[in-house]
Amino acid sequence: MVSKEDVAHIATIADIGVDESELELFTGQFNAILEYFGILDSVEGMGGATRSRSNVFRDDVVVPSLPHEEILKNSTDPEDGFIRAPRVI
Amino acid sequence: MGSKMSFDKPDPDNAFITLCREIDYQEGPLSGIPIAIKDNISTAGIQTTCGSKILKGYIPPYDAHVITLIRSAGGAIVGKTNMDEFGMGTTTESSAFGPTTNPVDPTRVPGGSSGGSAAAVASGLVRMALGTDTGGSIRCPASFCGIVGLKPTYGRVSRYGLIAYANSLEQIGPLARNVRDCALLYSCIAGYDPRDGTSLDLPAPTPLRSEIQGKRIGVPAEFFGEGVDPAVASVVQSGIQRLEELGAVIVPCSMPSMRYALAAYYVTSMSEASSNLGRYDGVRYGQAPDTVRSWHDAYSEIRRAGFGEEVRRRILLGSFALSAGYQGKYYAKAQAARQMVRDDFERLFESVDIIAGPTMPTVAFRLGETSDPLSMYLADILTVPANLAGVPALSVPCGTAHGMPVGLQLIGRHFAEDEILAAALAFEEGSA
Repeated sequence: MVSKEDVAHIATIADIGVDESELELFTGQFNAILEYFGILDSVEGMGGATRSRSNVFRDDVVVPSLPHEEILKNSTDPEDGFIRAPRVI
Repeated sequence: MGSKMSFDKPDPDNAFITLCREIDYQEGPLSGIPIAIKDNISTAGIQTTCGSKILKGYIPPYDAHVITLIRSAGGAIVGKTNMDEFGMGTTTESSAFGPTTNPVDPTRVPGGSSGGSAAAVASGLVRMALGTDTGGSIRCPASFCGIVGLKPTYGRVSRYGLIAYANSLEQIGPLARNVRDCALLYSCIAGYDPRDGTSLDLPAPTPLRSEIQGKRIGVPAEFFGEGVDPAVASVVQSGIQRLEELGAVIVPCSMPSMRYALAAYYVTSMSEASSNLGRYDGVRYGQAPDTVRSWHDAYSEIRRAGFGEEVRRRILLGSFALSAGYQGKYYAKAQAARQMVRDDFERLFESVDIIAGPTMPTVAFRLGETSDPLSMYLADILTVPANLAGVPALSVPCGTAHGMPVGLQLIGRHFAEDEILAAALAFEEGSA
Protein backbone atom coordinates (compact mmCIF):
# COMPACT_ATOMS: atom_id res chain seq x y z
CA MET A 1 0.00 0.00 0.00
CA VAL A 2 1.23 3.49 -0.79
CA SER A 3 0.07 6.45 1.30
CA LYS A 4 -0.74 10.03 0.36
CA GLU A 5 2.64 10.96 1.83
CA ASP A 6 4.41 8.46 -0.47
CA VAL A 7 2.71 9.97 -3.53
CA ALA A 8 3.57 13.50 -2.36
CA HIS A 9 7.21 12.42 -1.89
CA ILE A 10 7.44 10.94 -5.40
CA ALA A 11 5.80 14.08 -6.82
CA THR A 12 8.54 16.17 -5.19
CA ILE A 13 11.30 13.95 -6.58
CA ALA A 14 9.76 13.98 -10.08
CA ASP A 15 9.05 17.76 -10.03
CA ILE A 16 5.39 17.09 -10.78
CA GLY A 17 3.08 19.51 -9.05
CA VAL A 18 0.08 17.73 -7.54
CA ASP A 19 -2.92 19.52 -6.01
CA GLU A 20 -4.15 18.39 -2.58
CA SER A 21 -7.40 17.11 -4.13
CA GLU A 22 -5.43 15.08 -6.68
CA LEU A 23 -3.30 13.42 -4.00
CA GLU A 24 -6.33 11.50 -2.74
CA LEU A 25 -7.34 10.46 -6.26
CA PHE A 26 -3.81 9.40 -7.31
CA THR A 27 -3.23 7.45 -4.09
CA GLY A 28 -6.36 5.33 -4.62
CA GLN A 29 -5.54 4.75 -8.30
CA PHE A 30 -1.89 3.90 -7.54
CA ASN A 31 -2.90 1.25 -5.05
CA ALA A 32 -5.26 -0.40 -7.56
CA ILE A 33 -2.60 -0.28 -10.32
CA LEU A 34 0.24 -1.49 -8.07
CA GLU A 35 -1.96 -4.35 -6.86
CA TYR A 36 -2.34 -5.38 -10.50
CA PHE A 37 1.45 -5.08 -11.03
CA GLY A 38 1.79 -7.50 -8.07
CA ILE A 39 1.33 -10.32 -10.58
CA LEU A 40 5.01 -9.79 -11.45
CA ASP A 41 5.94 -11.13 -7.97
CA SER A 42 5.31 -14.63 -9.31
CA VAL A 43 7.83 -14.19 -12.18
CA GLU A 44 10.89 -16.38 -11.54
CA GLY A 45 14.34 -14.77 -11.73
CA MET A 46 15.42 -11.22 -12.48
CA GLY A 47 16.40 -9.32 -15.62
CA GLY A 48 17.25 -11.48 -18.60
CA ALA A 49 16.27 -8.81 -21.10
CA THR A 50 19.78 -8.52 -22.50
CA ARG A 51 20.09 -12.17 -23.52
CA SER A 52 19.35 -11.60 -27.19
CA ARG A 53 21.08 -8.23 -27.41
CA SER A 54 24.48 -7.13 -28.54
CA ASN A 55 26.07 -3.70 -28.59
CA VAL A 56 27.00 -2.17 -31.94
CA PHE A 57 29.68 0.50 -31.82
CA ARG A 58 30.47 3.29 -34.26
CA ASP A 59 33.23 5.87 -34.50
CA ASP A 60 32.57 9.18 -32.82
CA VAL A 61 32.55 11.48 -35.83
CA VAL A 62 32.01 15.20 -35.30
CA VAL A 63 29.29 16.60 -37.59
CA PRO A 64 27.76 20.11 -37.67
CA SER A 65 24.94 20.68 -35.23
CA LEU A 66 21.89 22.91 -35.69
CA PRO A 67 22.60 26.67 -35.86
CA HIS A 68 22.50 28.52 -32.54
CA GLU A 69 19.66 30.82 -33.61
CA GLU A 70 17.50 27.84 -34.69
CA ILE A 71 17.82 26.31 -31.24
CA LEU A 72 16.95 29.55 -29.45
CA LYS A 73 13.80 30.10 -31.55
CA ASN A 74 11.71 27.84 -29.32
CA SER A 75 12.81 29.37 -26.05
CA THR A 76 10.33 31.95 -24.81
CA ASP A 77 12.90 33.83 -22.75
CA PRO A 78 16.37 33.92 -24.37
CA GLU A 79 18.86 36.66 -23.47
CA ASP A 80 22.11 37.57 -25.27
CA GLY A 81 22.24 34.20 -27.01
CA PHE A 82 21.61 32.28 -23.77
CA ILE A 83 18.59 30.50 -22.35
CA ARG A 84 17.37 31.71 -18.97
CA ALA A 85 16.67 29.14 -16.25
CA PRO A 86 15.29 29.47 -12.72
CA ARG A 87 17.79 30.08 -9.90
CA VAL A 88 19.44 26.94 -8.51
CA ILE A 89 20.13 28.19 -4.98
CA MET B 1 9.99 19.49 -60.76
CA GLY B 2 8.01 20.54 -57.70
CA SER B 3 4.22 20.82 -57.61
CA LYS B 4 1.80 22.60 -55.29
CA MET B 5 -1.39 21.41 -53.65
CA SER B 6 -4.08 23.15 -51.61
CA PHE B 7 -5.69 21.28 -48.75
CA ASP B 8 -8.72 22.97 -47.27
CA LYS B 9 -11.21 20.44 -45.99
CA PRO B 10 -13.56 20.50 -42.99
CA ASP B 11 -12.42 18.34 -40.07
CA PRO B 12 -15.60 17.31 -38.22
CA ASP B 13 -13.84 14.58 -36.19
CA ASN B 14 -11.11 16.93 -34.86
CA ALA B 15 -8.55 14.62 -36.46
CA PHE B 16 -5.97 17.39 -36.93
CA ILE B 17 -4.16 19.68 -34.51
CA THR B 18 -2.41 21.60 -37.31
CA LEU B 19 -3.43 21.78 -40.98
CA CYS B 20 -1.05 22.76 -43.78
CA ARG B 21 -3.18 24.45 -46.40
CA GLU B 22 -0.56 24.97 -49.13
CA ILE B 23 1.80 22.08 -49.71
CA ASP B 24 4.79 21.66 -52.01
CA TYR B 25 5.64 18.17 -53.16
CA GLN B 26 7.89 16.50 -55.67
CA GLU B 27 7.85 13.50 -58.01
CA GLY B 28 8.12 10.03 -56.51
CA PRO B 29 6.18 6.91 -55.52
CA LEU B 30 3.96 8.98 -53.18
CA SER B 31 3.68 11.93 -55.58
CA GLY B 32 0.83 14.22 -54.57
CA ILE B 33 -0.72 11.76 -52.09
CA PRO B 34 -2.11 13.65 -49.06
CA ILE B 35 -0.48 12.19 -45.96
CA ALA B 36 -1.26 13.03 -42.31
CA ILE B 37 1.43 12.81 -39.63
CA LYS B 38 0.91 12.05 -35.95
CA ASP B 39 1.87 15.07 -33.87
CA ASN B 40 4.73 13.38 -32.01
CA ILE B 41 6.83 13.13 -35.20
CA SER B 42 9.07 16.18 -35.75
CA THR B 43 8.30 18.29 -38.83
CA ALA B 44 10.62 21.21 -39.57
CA GLY B 45 8.68 24.47 -39.55
CA ILE B 46 5.36 22.84 -38.56
CA GLN B 47 4.13 22.96 -34.95
CA THR B 48 4.60 19.62 -33.17
CA THR B 49 2.83 19.30 -29.81
CA CYS B 50 2.48 15.60 -28.89
CA GLY B 51 -1.11 16.57 -28.01
CA SER B 52 0.24 18.40 -24.96
CA LYS B 53 -0.09 21.92 -23.64
CA ILE B 54 3.55 21.77 -22.57
CA LEU B 55 4.69 21.75 -26.22
CA LYS B 56 2.07 24.14 -27.61
CA GLY B 57 3.82 26.42 -30.08
CA TYR B 58 6.94 24.24 -30.38
CA ILE B 59 8.28 24.28 -33.94
CA PRO B 60 10.96 21.65 -34.57
CA PRO B 61 14.11 22.93 -36.28
CA TYR B 62 14.55 19.61 -38.11
CA ASP B 63 12.60 16.79 -39.80
CA ALA B 64 12.32 13.27 -38.43
CA HIS B 65 13.99 10.73 -40.75
CA VAL B 66 10.59 9.36 -41.87
CA ILE B 67 9.51 12.89 -42.85
CA THR B 68 12.65 13.35 -44.97
CA LEU B 69 11.85 10.02 -46.66
CA ILE B 70 8.18 10.90 -47.28
CA ARG B 71 9.08 14.33 -48.66
CA SER B 72 11.66 12.82 -51.02
CA ALA B 73 9.12 10.18 -52.12
CA GLY B 74 6.75 13.00 -53.14
CA GLY B 75 4.23 12.70 -50.28
CA ALA B 76 2.20 15.85 -49.53
CA ILE B 77 2.20 16.39 -45.78
CA VAL B 78 -1.18 18.00 -45.12
CA GLY B 79 -1.10 18.25 -41.35
CA LYS B 80 -0.38 16.95 -37.88
CA THR B 81 -2.91 14.71 -36.24
CA ASN B 82 -4.46 14.60 -32.81
CA MET B 83 -3.30 12.03 -30.29
CA ASP B 84 -3.46 11.06 -26.64
CA GLU B 85 -1.01 13.33 -24.84
CA PHE B 86 2.51 11.96 -25.49
CA GLY B 87 0.89 8.74 -26.80
CA MET B 88 -0.42 7.77 -23.39
CA GLY B 89 -3.91 6.50 -23.99
CA THR B 90 -6.28 4.22 -25.87
CA THR B 91 -8.96 6.74 -26.90
CA THR B 92 -7.38 10.08 -28.02
CA GLU B 93 -9.45 11.70 -25.25
CA SER B 94 -6.39 12.77 -23.25
CA SER B 95 -5.27 15.30 -25.89
CA ALA B 96 -4.94 18.91 -24.74
CA PHE B 97 -6.62 19.81 -28.05
CA GLY B 98 -9.90 17.99 -27.32
CA PRO B 99 -10.96 14.47 -28.25
CA THR B 100 -11.11 13.09 -31.79
CA THR B 101 -14.33 11.29 -32.71
CA ASN B 102 -14.73 8.05 -34.64
CA PRO B 103 -15.88 8.70 -38.24
CA VAL B 104 -17.90 5.45 -38.15
CA ASP B 105 -19.92 6.68 -35.13
CA PRO B 106 -19.11 10.16 -33.76
CA THR B 107 -20.44 9.22 -30.30
CA ARG B 108 -17.49 6.83 -29.99
CA VAL B 109 -13.73 7.23 -29.66
CA PRO B 110 -11.43 6.43 -32.62
CA GLY B 111 -9.05 4.50 -30.37
CA GLY B 112 -5.60 5.72 -29.50
CA SER B 113 -3.16 6.97 -29.22
CA SER B 114 -2.91 7.56 -33.02
CA GLY B 115 -6.66 8.36 -33.13
CA GLY B 116 -6.31 11.50 -35.25
CA SER B 117 -4.32 9.66 -37.93
CA ALA B 118 -6.88 6.81 -38.01
CA ALA B 119 -9.85 9.20 -38.15
CA ALA B 120 -8.22 11.26 -40.93
CA VAL B 121 -7.81 8.08 -43.01
CA ALA B 122 -11.18 6.49 -42.15
CA SER B 123 -13.11 9.67 -42.97
CA GLY B 124 -11.37 9.96 -46.34
CA LEU B 125 -9.59 13.25 -45.52
CA VAL B 126 -6.28 11.59 -46.45
CA ARG B 127 -5.30 8.38 -48.20
CA MET B 128 -2.68 7.40 -45.64
CA ALA B 129 -1.12 8.52 -42.38
CA LEU B 130 1.74 7.89 -40.02
CA GLY B 131 1.12 6.82 -36.45
CA THR B 132 3.30 5.46 -33.68
CA ASP B 133 2.77 2.27 -31.71
CA THR B 134 4.22 1.85 -28.22
CA GLY B 135 1.67 -0.66 -26.90
CA GLY B 136 -0.88 -0.81 -29.73
CA SER B 137 -1.33 2.84 -30.66
CA ILE B 138 -1.47 2.14 -34.42
CA ARG B 139 -3.35 -1.15 -34.30
CA CYS B 140 -6.00 -0.08 -31.77
CA PRO B 141 -7.29 2.93 -33.75
CA ALA B 142 -6.98 0.95 -37.01
CA SER B 143 -9.24 -1.70 -35.44
CA PHE B 144 -11.72 0.82 -33.98
CA CYS B 145 -12.00 2.84 -37.22
CA GLY B 146 -12.07 -0.10 -39.67
CA ILE B 147 -8.78 0.55 -41.47
CA VAL B 148 -5.36 -1.14 -41.84
CA GLY B 149 -2.45 -0.30 -39.52
CA LEU B 150 1.05 -1.77 -39.26
CA LYS B 151 3.53 -1.66 -36.39
CA PRO B 152 6.86 -2.60 -37.98
CA THR B 153 9.60 -4.63 -36.27
CA TYR B 154 11.60 -2.68 -33.68
CA GLY B 155 14.60 -1.31 -35.61
CA ARG B 156 12.99 -1.40 -39.08
CA VAL B 157 11.87 2.25 -39.21
CA SER B 158 14.09 5.04 -37.86
CA ARG B 159 12.90 6.74 -34.67
CA TYR B 160 15.12 9.77 -35.31
CA GLY B 161 12.86 12.78 -34.72
CA LEU B 162 10.13 10.80 -32.99
CA ILE B 163 9.54 12.51 -29.65
CA ALA B 164 10.21 9.71 -27.20
CA TYR B 165 7.72 8.23 -24.75
CA ALA B 166 9.10 4.69 -24.26
CA ASN B 167 12.12 4.16 -26.52
CA SER B 168 12.49 0.40 -26.12
CA LEU B 169 8.91 -0.26 -27.28
CA GLU B 170 7.83 2.31 -29.85
CA GLN B 171 7.88 2.27 -33.64
CA ILE B 172 6.55 4.56 -36.35
CA GLY B 173 4.21 2.88 -38.84
CA PRO B 174 1.56 3.44 -41.55
CA LEU B 175 -2.25 3.56 -41.42
CA ALA B 176 -4.33 3.33 -44.63
CA ARG B 177 -7.72 2.26 -45.90
CA ASN B 178 -6.37 -0.87 -47.56
CA VAL B 179 -3.37 -3.19 -47.41
CA ARG B 180 -1.85 -1.90 -50.66
CA ASP B 181 -1.65 1.71 -49.44
CA CYS B 182 -0.39 0.57 -46.04
CA ALA B 183 2.39 -1.45 -47.73
CA LEU B 184 3.22 1.44 -50.08
CA LEU B 185 3.80 3.88 -47.22
CA TYR B 186 5.68 1.24 -45.24
CA SER B 187 8.01 0.60 -48.19
CA CYS B 188 8.88 4.32 -48.26
CA ILE B 189 9.77 4.62 -44.55
CA ALA B 190 11.54 1.30 -43.84
CA GLY B 191 15.32 1.34 -43.92
CA TYR B 192 18.59 2.06 -42.17
CA ASP B 193 19.35 5.38 -40.50
CA PRO B 194 22.64 5.82 -38.66
CA ARG B 195 21.05 8.53 -36.50
CA ASP B 196 18.92 5.90 -34.75
CA GLY B 197 21.23 3.63 -32.78
CA THR B 198 18.67 0.79 -32.89
CA SER B 199 18.16 0.96 -36.67
CA LEU B 200 19.15 -2.12 -38.67
CA ASP B 201 20.68 -2.19 -42.14
CA LEU B 202 18.50 -4.68 -44.02
CA PRO B 203 17.40 -5.09 -47.65
CA ALA B 204 14.43 -2.98 -48.80
CA PRO B 205 10.93 -4.48 -48.41
CA THR B 206 9.97 -6.80 -51.27
CA PRO B 207 7.10 -5.76 -53.59
CA LEU B 208 3.69 -6.57 -52.08
CA ARG B 209 2.18 -9.89 -53.09
CA SER B 210 -0.90 -11.83 -51.99
CA GLU B 211 0.06 -15.07 -50.25
CA ILE B 212 -1.65 -17.25 -47.65
CA GLN B 213 -1.60 -20.78 -49.17
CA GLY B 214 0.07 -23.28 -46.83
CA LYS B 215 0.93 -20.67 -44.18
CA ARG B 216 0.74 -22.00 -40.64
CA ILE B 217 -1.31 -19.63 -38.49
CA GLY B 218 -1.01 -20.02 -34.73
CA VAL B 219 -4.06 -19.01 -32.68
CA PRO B 220 -3.18 -18.67 -28.97
CA ALA B 221 -6.06 -19.55 -26.65
CA GLU B 222 -5.11 -16.56 -24.44
CA PHE B 223 -6.15 -14.16 -27.23
CA PHE B 224 -9.74 -15.26 -26.66
CA GLY B 225 -9.59 -15.23 -22.85
CA GLU B 226 -11.26 -13.21 -20.13
CA GLY B 227 -12.27 -9.67 -21.08
CA VAL B 228 -12.66 -10.36 -24.80
CA ASP B 229 -16.21 -9.45 -25.90
CA PRO B 230 -17.82 -12.70 -27.21
CA ALA B 231 -19.25 -10.81 -30.21
CA VAL B 232 -15.74 -9.58 -31.13
CA ALA B 233 -14.28 -13.07 -30.56
CA SER B 234 -16.91 -14.58 -32.86
CA VAL B 235 -16.15 -12.12 -35.72
CA VAL B 236 -12.41 -12.78 -35.39
CA GLN B 237 -12.95 -16.58 -35.27
CA SER B 238 -14.91 -16.27 -38.54
CA GLY B 239 -12.01 -14.27 -39.98
CA ILE B 240 -9.53 -16.98 -38.98
CA GLN B 241 -11.82 -19.56 -40.57
CA ARG B 242 -11.71 -17.50 -43.75
CA LEU B 243 -7.90 -17.66 -43.65
CA GLU B 244 -8.24 -21.45 -43.50
CA GLU B 245 -10.62 -21.45 -46.47
CA LEU B 246 -8.01 -19.43 -48.36
CA GLY B 247 -5.44 -22.17 -47.80
CA ALA B 248 -3.85 -21.44 -44.42
CA VAL B 249 -3.31 -24.14 -41.81
CA ILE B 250 -4.75 -23.17 -38.40
CA VAL B 251 -2.70 -24.32 -35.40
CA PRO B 252 -4.21 -23.89 -31.90
CA CYS B 253 -1.45 -22.89 -29.47
CA SER B 254 -0.74 -21.23 -26.14
CA MET B 255 1.15 -18.13 -24.91
CA PRO B 256 1.44 -18.51 -21.12
CA SER B 257 3.45 -15.26 -20.75
CA MET B 258 0.32 -13.27 -21.66
CA ARG B 259 -0.46 -13.46 -17.95
CA TYR B 260 2.42 -11.08 -17.25
CA ALA B 261 2.52 -9.07 -20.49
CA LEU B 262 0.33 -6.12 -19.53
CA ALA B 263 2.01 -5.50 -16.16
CA ALA B 264 5.47 -5.86 -17.78
CA TYR B 265 4.45 -3.40 -20.48
CA TYR B 266 3.10 -0.74 -18.13
CA VAL B 267 5.99 -0.95 -15.66
CA THR B 268 8.50 -0.65 -18.53
CA SER B 269 6.73 2.12 -20.43
CA MET B 270 5.99 4.21 -17.33
CA SER B 271 9.59 3.88 -16.15
CA GLU B 272 10.93 4.99 -19.53
CA ALA B 273 8.37 7.83 -19.65
CA SER B 274 9.42 9.14 -16.24
CA SER B 275 12.95 9.52 -17.58
CA ASN B 276 12.08 10.77 -21.10
CA LEU B 277 9.62 13.41 -19.97
CA GLY B 278 12.12 14.87 -17.49
CA ARG B 279 13.25 17.20 -20.28
CA TYR B 280 10.02 19.23 -20.25
CA ASP B 281 10.80 22.10 -17.93
CA GLY B 282 9.87 25.07 -20.10
CA VAL B 283 13.46 26.29 -20.38
CA ARG B 284 14.47 25.36 -23.94
CA TYR B 285 10.94 25.22 -25.38
CA GLY B 286 7.34 25.54 -24.25
CA GLN B 287 6.02 27.91 -21.60
CA ALA B 288 8.75 29.83 -19.76
CA PRO B 289 9.26 29.04 -16.08
CA ASP B 290 9.19 31.76 -13.42
CA THR B 291 12.94 32.36 -13.11
CA VAL B 292 12.55 34.20 -9.81
CA ARG B 293 11.37 31.04 -7.99
CA SER B 294 13.68 28.17 -7.07
CA TRP B 295 14.01 25.62 -9.86
CA HIS B 296 12.16 22.82 -8.06
CA ASP B 297 9.16 25.08 -7.47
CA ALA B 298 9.29 26.60 -10.94
CA TYR B 299 9.55 23.24 -12.74
CA SER B 300 6.87 21.60 -10.59
CA GLU B 301 4.49 24.41 -11.43
CA ILE B 302 5.30 24.36 -15.18
CA ARG B 303 4.81 20.57 -15.27
CA ARG B 304 1.58 20.70 -13.24
CA ALA B 305 0.12 23.27 -15.63
CA GLY B 306 1.57 21.76 -18.83
CA PHE B 307 0.97 18.03 -18.43
CA GLY B 308 -2.47 16.42 -18.28
CA GLU B 309 -3.57 14.01 -15.57
CA GLU B 310 -2.67 10.75 -17.37
CA VAL B 311 0.85 11.94 -18.21
CA ARG B 312 1.49 13.01 -14.61
CA ARG B 313 0.06 9.70 -13.35
CA ARG B 314 2.47 7.73 -15.55
CA ILE B 315 5.50 9.88 -14.67
CA LEU B 316 4.72 9.40 -10.97
CA LEU B 317 4.18 5.65 -11.26
CA GLY B 318 7.33 5.29 -13.38
CA SER B 319 9.37 7.29 -10.87
CA PHE B 320 7.98 5.08 -8.10
CA ALA B 321 8.79 1.85 -9.98
CA LEU B 322 12.40 2.98 -10.41
CA SER B 323 12.85 4.37 -6.90
CA ALA B 324 15.16 2.86 -4.29
CA GLY B 325 13.65 -0.23 -2.69
CA TYR B 326 11.13 -0.88 -5.48
CA GLN B 327 13.33 -1.23 -8.59
CA GLY B 328 13.82 -4.97 -8.02
CA LYS B 329 10.15 -5.57 -7.30
CA TYR B 330 8.83 -3.81 -10.40
CA TYR B 331 11.33 -2.88 -13.14
CA ALA B 332 13.65 -5.89 -12.88
CA LYS B 333 10.69 -8.30 -12.70
CA ALA B 334 9.08 -6.58 -15.69
CA GLN B 335 12.27 -7.18 -17.72
CA ALA B 336 12.25 -10.87 -16.75
CA ALA B 337 8.58 -11.09 -17.81
CA ARG B 338 9.44 -9.31 -21.05
CA GLN B 339 12.00 -12.00 -21.82
CA MET B 340 9.32 -14.64 -21.19
CA VAL B 341 7.12 -12.97 -23.82
CA ARG B 342 10.06 -12.98 -26.29
CA ASP B 343 10.72 -16.64 -25.51
CA ASP B 344 7.06 -17.52 -26.11
CA PHE B 345 7.09 -15.86 -29.54
CA GLU B 346 10.39 -17.54 -30.42
CA ARG B 347 9.00 -20.95 -29.44
CA LEU B 348 5.74 -20.43 -31.35
CA PHE B 349 7.51 -19.20 -34.49
CA GLU B 350 9.41 -22.48 -34.67
CA SER B 351 6.15 -24.18 -35.67
CA VAL B 352 3.97 -21.39 -37.11
CA ASP B 353 4.55 -18.55 -39.60
CA ILE B 354 2.01 -16.03 -38.29
CA ILE B 355 0.07 -15.59 -35.05
CA ALA B 356 -3.55 -14.41 -35.33
CA GLY B 357 -6.16 -13.12 -32.93
CA PRO B 358 -8.30 -10.06 -32.21
CA THR B 359 -6.51 -6.68 -32.22
CA MET B 360 -8.68 -5.29 -29.42
CA PRO B 361 -10.91 -7.11 -26.91
CA THR B 362 -13.86 -4.82 -27.70
CA VAL B 363 -15.20 -2.44 -30.32
CA ALA B 364 -14.68 1.34 -29.91
CA PHE B 365 -15.82 2.73 -26.54
CA ARG B 366 -18.32 5.55 -26.23
CA LEU B 367 -16.74 8.95 -25.53
CA GLY B 368 -16.20 9.31 -21.78
CA GLU B 369 -17.19 5.68 -21.15
CA THR B 370 -14.09 4.69 -19.16
CA SER B 371 -12.50 7.04 -16.68
CA ASP B 372 -10.79 4.47 -14.45
CA PRO B 373 -7.13 4.21 -15.60
CA LEU B 374 -6.62 0.51 -14.78
CA SER B 375 -9.73 -0.52 -16.77
CA MET B 376 -8.38 1.48 -19.69
CA TYR B 377 -4.92 -0.15 -19.46
CA LEU B 378 -6.56 -3.61 -19.61
CA ALA B 379 -7.82 -2.83 -23.13
CA ASP B 380 -4.19 -3.07 -24.38
CA ILE B 381 -3.73 -6.70 -23.36
CA LEU B 382 -3.75 -8.11 -26.92
CA THR B 383 -1.48 -5.50 -28.51
CA VAL B 384 1.36 -5.09 -25.98
CA PRO B 385 2.99 -8.54 -26.47
CA ALA B 386 4.22 -7.54 -29.98
CA ASN B 387 5.86 -4.39 -28.57
CA LEU B 388 7.52 -6.27 -25.71
CA ALA B 389 9.02 -8.75 -28.19
CA GLY B 390 9.69 -6.18 -30.94
CA VAL B 391 7.92 -8.31 -33.58
CA PRO B 392 5.83 -6.77 -36.41
CA ALA B 393 2.05 -6.80 -36.13
CA LEU B 394 -0.84 -5.38 -38.14
CA SER B 395 -4.58 -4.94 -37.84
CA VAL B 396 -6.84 -5.56 -40.84
CA PRO B 397 -10.64 -5.11 -40.81
CA CYS B 398 -12.50 -8.42 -40.52
CA GLY B 399 -16.15 -7.52 -39.94
CA THR B 400 -18.37 -5.74 -37.44
CA ALA B 401 -19.79 -6.35 -33.97
CA HIS B 402 -22.45 -4.11 -32.38
CA GLY B 403 -22.37 -2.20 -35.69
CA MET B 404 -18.70 -1.19 -35.21
CA PRO B 405 -15.51 -2.38 -36.98
CA VAL B 406 -13.47 -5.29 -35.62
CA GLY B 407 -9.79 -5.82 -36.46
CA LEU B 408 -7.95 -9.09 -37.07
CA GLN B 409 -4.39 -8.92 -35.72
CA LEU B 410 -1.60 -10.73 -37.59
CA ILE B 411 1.78 -10.96 -35.84
CA GLY B 412 4.94 -12.10 -37.65
CA ARG B 413 8.55 -13.03 -36.99
CA HIS B 414 11.11 -10.24 -36.59
CA PHE B 415 11.43 -8.39 -39.93
CA ALA B 416 8.68 -10.50 -41.57
CA GLU B 417 6.50 -7.47 -42.42
CA ASP B 418 6.34 -8.69 -46.03
CA GLU B 419 4.85 -12.01 -44.88
CA ILE B 420 2.08 -10.53 -42.70
CA LEU B 421 1.26 -7.90 -45.34
CA ALA B 422 1.02 -10.70 -47.96
CA ALA B 423 -1.37 -12.63 -45.70
CA ALA B 424 -3.39 -9.48 -44.96
CA LEU B 425 -3.69 -8.73 -48.69
CA ALA B 426 -4.89 -12.29 -49.38
CA PHE B 427 -7.41 -11.90 -46.55
CA GLU B 428 -8.60 -8.52 -47.82
CA GLU B 429 -8.96 -9.79 -51.39
CA GLY B 430 -10.65 -12.97 -50.16
CA SER B 431 -13.12 -10.92 -48.14
CA ALA B 432 -14.04 -8.57 -50.97
